[in-house]
Amino acid sequence: MQNFENKVALVTGASRGIGKAIAETLASQGAKVVGTATSDKGAAAISEYLGSKGRGLALDVTDSENLPQIIKDIEKECGSIDILVNNAGITRDNLMMRMKDDEWDAVLNTNLSAVFKVCKTVVRGMMKRRYGRIINISSVVGTTGNPGQVNYCAAKAGLVGFSKAMAKEVAARGITVNCVAPGFIDTDMTKSLNDEQKHAIFDNIPASRLGEPAEIAAAVAFLASDGAAYITGETIHVNGGMAMV
Amino acid sequence: MSTIEERVKKIIIEQLGVKEEEVKPEASFENDLGADSLDTVELVMALEEEFETEIPDEEAEKIKTVQSAIDYVNNNSDD
Repeated sequence: MQNFENKVALVTGASRGIGKAIAETLASQGAKVVGTATSDKGAAAISEYLGSKGRGLALDVTDSENLPQIIKDIEKECGSIDILVNNAGITRDNLMMRMKDDEWDAVLNTNLSAVFKVCKTVVRGMMKRRYGRIINISSVVGTTGNPGQVNYCAAKAGLVGFSKAMAKEVAARGITVNCVAPGFIDTDMTKSLNDEQKHAIFDNIPASRLGEPAEIAAAVAFLASDGAAYITGETIHVNGGMAMV
Repeated sequence: MSTIEERVKKIIIEQLGVKEEEVKPEASFENDLGADSLDTVELVMALEEEFETEIPDEEAEKIKTVQSAIDYVNNNSDD
């Protein structure tokens, strides 16, 4: 259990799945949480489950033009962002030979380019205050690869390199940048897998079960804590032993 | 009210932790005042705050000496 009293956290993609678990965990440990979703409906759902501990916000993370103003407005309303969790992600699976440019672009834009843009905006305040925790949600497949996901794997591996480089740039300012790489977690994203795919995956998970969103959130909360101040540029793999790196 | 030049110099002294006599007009932040590239980015952020303005990246990259900082603010300030 961490103590995030007086800390403000921004969690992207917080309407369901892993992002929701992260937002709930940080809020339950005292943080004021702003969770983003792409739709107003998603933002309303976030406001509802966070209650008095934060609120939802409709935000298209790929909208780099309006992003700085939106972040500025959040900080004016809720206080400076101490903890940033870049969790928003999409999949557009297809065999590489069949993948369309727009499938590639959509995944790279949302899962990688948007993280750069959100970080660039949020890190300004962190630099001034000499404090910040940035946690980027990568994936085990960024390390292992996965057929049908060249776009997703490229973006998730890209986050690891991005985090290491940024970590080196801002470490002297008291800001850490790390990744959490989930394995197969029980969310809507993995529910779309067929039985054959699931069996093949289970055969490779020593824990022989899917992970729970809360088990990812626990790793995020640790990296966001004051106790993790000396960990930066690191990736914590949370995958039931599926890939040990 | 201090002049723009005095305000810019004060920020440079605070941000870079240098002595007033070192802050000569031709002094380069990175070559003469011991700043690294990130210190320069923070210096520009501090200038933005002091003068309540936003300095675009392409302009910020040109601010490398004490005089260039003073010039930028002089040319882009209402007061």
